[in-house]
Amino acid sequence: MDLIFSNAVNALFDPMTAAYAIAAIGIALHFGFTGLLNFGQASFMAVGAYGFAIATISFGLPFWGAVAVSVGLSVILAFLLGIPTLRLRSDYLAIVTIAASEMLRYIVSTTSAQPLTGGPQGLNNYSTEFYGLNPIPVGTYGFWNFTYSEREVFMRIVSWTLVVLFAIVLAILVRSPWGRVIKGIREDEDAVRSLGKNVYAYKMQSLIVGGLMGTVAGILFVIPRSVQPGNYGTQLTFFLWTMLLLGGASTVIGSVIGSMIFWGLLSLSDDLLRAGVDNGVITFLTNDQVGTIRFMIVGLGLMLLVIFRPQGIFGNKKELQFNG
Amino acid sequence: MANEIAKGPATPGVAKHDPILIVDNVRRQFGGLVAVDVEHLEIPRGMITALIGPNGAGKTTFFNLLTGFDTPDTGSWTFNGTKLSGVPSYKVARMGMVRTFQLTKSLNLLTVLENMRLGAQRQPGESIFAALFKPLWAKNEKAITVRAEELLKRFKLDAKSEDFAASLSGGQRKLLEMARALMTEPKMVMLDEPMAGVNPALTQSLLEHVKGLKDQGMSVLFVEHDMHMVRNISDWVIVMAEGKVVAEGPPNEVMKNPAVIDAYLGAHHDSDLGADKIAKGE
Repeated sequence: MDLIFSNAVNALFDPMTAAYAIAAIGIALHFGFTGLLNFGQASFMAVGAYGFAIATISFGLPFWGAVAVSVGLSVILAFLLGIPTLRLRSDYLAIVTIAASEMLRYIVSTTSAQPLTGGPQGLNNYSTEFYGLNPIPVGTYGFWNFTYSEREVFMRIVSWTLVVLFAIVLAILVRSPWGRVIKGIREDEDAVRSLGKNVYAYKMQSLIVGGLMGTVAGILFVIPRSVQPGNYGTQLTFFLWTMLLLGGASTVIGSVIGSMIFWGLLSLSDDLLRAGVDNGVITFLTNDQVGTIRFMIVGLGLMLLVIFRPQGIFGNKKELQFNG
Repeated sequence: MANEIAKGPATPGVAKHDPILIVDNVRRQFGGLVAVDVEHLEIPRGMITALIGPNGAGKTTFFNLLTGFDTPDTGSWTFNGTKLSGVPSYKVARMGMVRTFQLTKSLNLLTVLENMRLGAQRQPGESIFAALFKPLWAKNEKAITVRAEELLKRFKLDAKSEDFAASLSGGQRKLLEMARALMTEPKMVMLDEPMAGVNPALTQSLLEHVKGLKDQGMSVLFVEHDMHMVRNISDWVIVMAEGKVVAEGPPNEVMKNPAVIDAYLGAHHDSDLGADKIAKGE
């Protein structure tokens, strides 16, 4: 039983949770504050992952060079997605982003791209230089069920520092006059236009900045594991949306806590169900089915949340009273 | 009155002594329908000009064209000596021609004060890089807030400044929209049906506000159906029907113009369409 809860606590502070949180902060900027429906955050994460890995493996770039390549590619992707769609109604961006992220996933997983992207097998061995930056001496750290290697500690520190950093950047941005303009665009872009603001440029900036967060998240996500094309499907984007809505779309902290709750609950329900099956308490499930059932439970939880607390956990209830 | 504003007799397209807006051959077609077809029109500076006409006359489309929210098929127009054709709407607003909308566009989930601040121009904090460093824009923000609070007081919305704009009544939203437009420090204010849906008690204060704009040296062009308001506050009236300017002149003269009566009531408004017979039970 101890193990079950410590697994869940581990999931709360896992680097993967941090990576998802950063990507969700990006769509909080897009959707929660600017009103942009970006259903392709997975593509920004893929650009981060593949850009970083390919620059390191195939072009032998140093760590910061590979990060810079990813960031550059992310900006290009934002322009490609934004130029044709940001003048149109918001639904067009949704369609284009979801299609583009699927296209990207198919392109990198084709066998003809194998020399570069690894095709269906993906890529690995690109994190050596990152771990070389680790100042923590070799050893195991922590106590009880929470012991980590020096690499795991370093990864956690870097990931969560970046989460805090991006959350602060978002908080500063949305409280600034720039944030006022994008919130105005979310409410009614014609009104903002009539007040002398270049709405198109603001939407583009928001798309670029939020996408960049997705890209950084993509790099963090792949550092402790390998790059797998299957990870960048629509499921990834929808997990991010789930986290965002869990915490509250128009909040800064919501996407971070949303990510923690999502992975914490997933781990907890998984372990509880498995323990139940193993101990013969739950007889109508097999261990194989548990992996699927837990997503159903999370889905049910999200439905209940949307019905009973549509503003999310941290959202302002007052904001919803006017949207009837 | 006519010769104080216009150079000649009050006919459609007459030249003005001091025009702020000059429109030439502006035409907008939606499929087979010619929504706007204005040959020549001049709007006098520092005056309140009313744009009237029956529903579907093309008034709002004309507004959209002039402010860059729609693009005409042909035509050109200058504002304050600057050519405006093809200029995007946000630049039009920056040049000093600000508009409001027929269906009020208050930014619901921003507070009343934030709505007002959004109207301010030249706030460096609206650039994404400067936004990150508060000292770069905090001073401007303070000045903007002072100006916004003054305007809110004038429009009697100061008690509401921390509430969401969504919590305002329809009439208050009209006031907010007008006040927010004034935050841009415009030279010309274009009001699209400022009185629509406003209760009579508020009408009077809105009228005073529109008159106040003129006193502060702004030019006003407004679309309105309320003839009482048109007669009361406008210096000059332009009448549109089926996309064209059919008459213009001082309010009292225009109202008597047969072309205007035709446009509004139809040419056969004197003849009996049968309603009397129905009333008599025949």
